[in-house]
Amino acid sequence: MTNLTDLTVAEIRDGFRAGDFSAREVAEGFNANVAAAKALNAFIVETPEKALAAAGAADAAKAAGETLGALAGVPIGMKDLFCTEGVQTTAASHMLEGFVPTYESTVSGKLWAAGAGMLGKLNLDQFAMGSSNETSYFGNVISPWKRGGGDNAALAPGGSSGGSSSAISARLCPAATGTDTGGSIRQPAAFTGISGIKPTYGRCSRWGIVAFASSLDQAGPMARTVRDNALLLEVMAGFDPKDSTSLDLAVPQWEANLSSDLRGKTVGIPREYRPDGLNAEIAALWDKGIAWLRDAGANVVDVSLPHTKYALPTYYIIAPAEASSNLARYDGVRYGQRDLPDGAGLQDMYAATRAAGFGPEVKRRIMIGTYVLSAGFYDAYYTQAQKVRALISRDFDRAFEQCDLLLTPTAPSAAFTLGEKQADPLAMYLNDVFTVPASLAGLPAMSVPGGLDSQGLPLGLQIIGKALDEQTVLNAGLAIEERAGFVARPDKWW
Amino acid sequence: MSIDLQTVKKIASLSRISVTDAEAQAMVPELNNILGWVEQLGEVDVTGIQPMTAVIPNTQRLRVDAVTDGNVREHVLANAPQAEHGFFAVPKVIE
Repeated sequence: MTNLTDLTVAEIRDGFRAGDFSAREVAEGFNANVAAAKALNAFIVETPEKALAAAGAADAAKAAGETLGALAGVPIGMKDLFCTEGVQTTAASHMLEGFVPTYESTVSGKLWAAGAGMLGKLNLDQFAMGSSNETSYFGNVISPWKRGGGDNAALAPGGSSGGSSSAISARLCPAATGTDTGGSIRQPAAFTGISGIKPTYGRCSRWGIVAFASSLDQAGPMARTVRDNALLLEVMAGFDPKDSTSLDLAVPQWEANLSSDLRGKTVGIPREYRPDGLNAEIAALWDKGIAWLRDAGANVVDVSLPHTKYALPTYYIIAPAEASSNLARYDGVRYGQRDLPDGAGLQDMYAATRAAGFGPEVKRRIMIGTYVLSAGFYDAYYTQAQKVRALISRDFDRAFEQCDLLLTPTAPSAAFTLGEKQADPLAMYLNDVFTVPASLAGLPAMSVPGGLDSQGLPLGLQIIGKALDEQTVLNAGLAIEERAGFVARPDKWW
Repeated sequence: MSIDLQTVKKIASLSRISVTDAEAQAMVPELNNILGWVEQLGEVDVTGIQPMTAVIPNTQRLRVDAVTDGNVREHVLANAPQAEHGFFAVPKVIE
């Protein structure tokens, strides 16, 4: 019999409808995998009863001949950055430990309304700040992947959506939500051999997602196939009056319109993404990706994005600035932790609460953000960064006059070992060098697995599209997926 | 522009994060490294460039000036570290 936990979202959806298996069998299979994978630390809270309840409702609806939701019978993981009514939501912080929202985020609510069930809340970098899932208050997430040759070193699943990436590649869930501020869907997807898409800024409502950097944050799906990403994004996207930056546009039928025929499309290859010293295996995979897209019928041209080298420093002004403002809400008064030293006044309580509730990386970013926004430095840092951001965005506009999409590597290396980059914040930040520019410009971007490196670890390719053109991004992703034939999966050790 | 211990303590105070002397001392080189690195933005010619305000063109919507929710005091207070008599409770702020 088919192992139900090896199925994709589309296969579960279709098999459930066809009566090949019940929703309950699927939920039980994934619940068992989740319960047996504590060693990965991918979940902060497990909710097997929620998965079973949604499955029961799906089975009952099917038996009664009712119309089934788009995700009826499909259990998923929810990144613990999405507020879930009645289920603890922490953003992987001590600050929000014990916080139980009395409301549901728009995106998670749409997924449940479509019939999906929740397997649990997935671990992440604290407040989504990190690229390795090593800043969580609830401990590191471990990648299910190992280097070949008996090397037993624990590897990073990427970040910040590291619980999502680890859980999907270990078959603890067929799909999960992620959020992406500077690469937090794409880089973990690349590290674990799965796919993930960050849609155009404004496609998915940010309402009810714990805020990090509001002009950059976007939710998106993570799953094992491009088709699964397309169908999940259709459910997650859509206008929400509760988010002032939500785009008031109809949601396209991305799944129905999937096509790996790229004839008539032109792919741009940005030369600035090939710096001296680019990892040779990454460069070789990129060349393969170019050949695959050409094989799918696309034309290929070289393009230039001249301000690429300034994207990371721009990001590390803008994101901390917005974070310092967003995280000002954690004051020990309305929700979350409170630390009230004996005899302390209100100001002392704020400072003690925030000292105890935030981890080192979160404090570092709040302080950088506070500094660049402070009187006398605002123009030199923040205004300058917003001007450079406009130039980075203009680079993309100009490139898209010559092409329809861009192909680049997702990350400058394969997964690294836990602890390897912890001592040097700057070395960690450089992980996002290829993903941050599209975030700054609000463009849709996706990572798909391209192959394994010589150590047996997955490498990803990134596709960046024009604003609102998720379809071309998904189509190119499908063209790569069909040609890469990526079927590798981690050997079970957990 | 490099920052010193006094500046770190001032930023911490503006951020409402209490730090020990040792923590502040450790942050001086860390923050200087990051700020030194972002300062390369100063070399970009931004003559005539307007700071970006919205990544995707969008219109500011107005909503009807009407009550859309409310009467959820229990929900609002449900996660408060300390709530008393239907209010958030905080330490005394007036001597």
